[in-house]
Amino acid sequence: MKRVYTHGNRAIAEAALVAGLKFYAGYPITPTSDIMEYLAEKLPEYGGVMMQFEDELASINAIVGASWAGAKAMTATSGPGFSLMAEGLGLAVITETPIVIAYVMRAGPSTGVPTKSTQADIYQARFVSHGDYIIPVLAPWSVQEAFDLTIKAFNIAEYLRTPVILLSDATLAHLWESAVFRDRGEVEIIDRKKPKVPPEKYKPYEPEEDGIAPMAVFGEGYKVLVESLTHDERGFYIQDTMVQRRMVQRIVGKIIKNIDRVFEYETHYMDNARHAIVSYGTSARSSLAVVRDLREKGIDIGMVRLKTIWPIDEGSLRKTLSGVEKIFVVENNMGKLVWDIQRIMHDKEVIPVSIIDLDLPSPNEILEVINEWL
Amino acid sequence: MALIEKTKVELGKAHPLDKYLRIERIPTLWCPGCGLGVSLAALLKAIDRRVKEGVLDPKKIVFVTGIGCTARTSFYVGFDAAHTLHGRAVAFATGAKLANPKLELIVLGGDGDIAGIGGNHLIHAARRNMDLLVIMNTNFIYAMTGGQLAPTTPPGLYTTTTPQGSREKPMNVIKLLAAFEVNYVARGSSIYPQLLEQYYYKALGMRGFRFIEVVSTCPEVFGRHIGYRDPVTLYDELKKRVKVKTKPSIEESSLDWDRGIIIGEYIVNDYPGYIELIMGGKK
Repeated sequence: MKRVYTHGNRAIAEAALVAGLKFYAGYPITPTSDIMEYLAEKLPEYGGVMMQFEDELASINAIVGASWAGAKAMTATSGPGFSLMAEGLGLAVITETPIVIAYVMRAGPSTGVPTKSTQADIYQARFVSHGDYIIPVLAPWSVQEAFDLTIKAFNIAEYLRTPVILLSDATLAHLWESAVFRDRGEVEIIDRKKPKVPPEKYKPYEPEEDGIAPMAVFGEGYKVLVESLTHDERGFYIQDTMVQRRMVQRIVGKIIKNIDRVFEYETHYMDNARHAIVSYGTSARSSLAVVRDLREKGIDIGMVRLKTIWPIDEGSLRKTLSGVEKIFVVENNMGKLVWDIQRIMHDKEVIPVSIIDLDLPSPNEILEVINEWL
Repeated sequence: MALIEKTKVELGKAHPLDKYLRIERIPTLWCPGCGLGVSLAALLKAIDRRVKEGVLDPKKIVFVTGIGCTARTSFYVGFDAAHTLHGRAVAFATGAKLANPKLELIVLGGDGDIAGIGGNHLIHAARRNMDLLVIMNTNFIYAMTGGQLAPTTPPGLYTTTTPQGSREKPMNVIKLLAAFEVNYVARGSSIYPQLLEQYYYKALGMRGFRFIEVVSTCPEVFGRHIGYRDPVTLYDELKKRVKVKTKPSIEESSLDWDRGIIIGEYIVNDYPGYIELIMGGKK
């Protein structure tokens, strides 16, 4: 355990080392490159390899390959690079490959403002690849949480055999604050399940009771078949509706079945709150200031901060927000998470507080909107 | 009936190379007259020789492919295998090799997969002298998708996407790779499987980046486009064009359907591979 004063990107890199990262592949892109630079120096000391590839297409495919060779693997990028990773992310989904992608959002569309932030990419993180799936997306709001949720991202990836996205942004990337970084042995580290059967009985996509298939890797004699086509439990391509259904339901089902491991949120001042803000990531920093401001003025308002933005445990969120009258969804974009909150809380008044700001929405601007509705 | 009974053999024990196949997935989807089966048999023979020598451990061999007819190889072979994305096999294999240097990575793909959509990864793997064996099956056409223009399509040829005839020149991947300090570049052909086996055998005993182009037959799609009505005609026509040379120069490497295609070993080097460089001499 050590007390540190550092920034979000460094927290991600340090946490990855603690989580057991052994292979990092990436391509330089603002505002994430210092994750790669730091790991270039440190990862070899931990027995791993950092490789700068020719592009993001190579990076994502290389980490999928490395994961099947037995390494905990990750990449980091921002919007333009993530767009290029769309197909590779789908490969990780269908082959049920544990990988972690640190996605540090910057302002878009296109090249946008490389050094500055928004939260405009939350749906890209959720749905960038084609097909049916759920990819867990974790959104830290502080340097401490960038560290903690990166470890959680690796643990979910390994436990559920799935890609996981750690969704940070340019503001948090280089925001300095103090935090406590734990070492190995002080935090729970999960490794993927290994097969208990001999190679001739092993099926790479056959789930056990918990919905997750044990993962043999290259070089162990299991003759594993990594298959990007729709496949049965053996990994054999089969063009059949029932096989398609079974595969997709397995991929989606294992996340839903284990949603308690994935979904995390915290509440502030929610006891008997009359209204609530729902927010996530750096926007929640301003939102909390607003809540405190309003509380001082005698308004009973609280905040629900999602640490996991996808998938949302809808029952749990409904329960938490059941007693409030108005829900304000504060985010740094044109209004995105609010679509889901409006659906989940359809019997409540859900008001978008969508403020585009290259740093983070200012408390004053948030207050202006909320005051109109109170 | 009696004859059938007599020829009935135990599954997986009909042929000495069956141990390297996923027998339950045979027959392949490859068309009659396709060169891919011939090429794969030559590769498996070469692997078998290296296994018997103790140079290769079958448990450490990994086939990685992208998308296309050639890419289907991954799920016919009885090794660890990955049938990945179009163009990305080299990147996937590089990641696997770096994560576990004990693995022997064999990448296979068509010319569209390796040199078309995957061209950038090929270039950079070559630049790094990455420890991979990359096998590119050149059949002059996009076959699986039904006959579109390929990076190797001869000029003037009608394809489904060049109905007025192709205006593009074919890509000479041998010459492209000569720009880098790679360890092995050869061009063989499914017309000469014994020679091909020799190239595979040699490459499987080497380090660093190794590349073998296999000039092959696609009678069903390419053959029909150039007006050959059956596989034998295409085979004969290709045989007329393919010329074997012991030590061909890079200048002779152009992929010229009209004037002939020279096969042979173009580049043989023994530079340290990328893995050795990052591991400080330990392999």
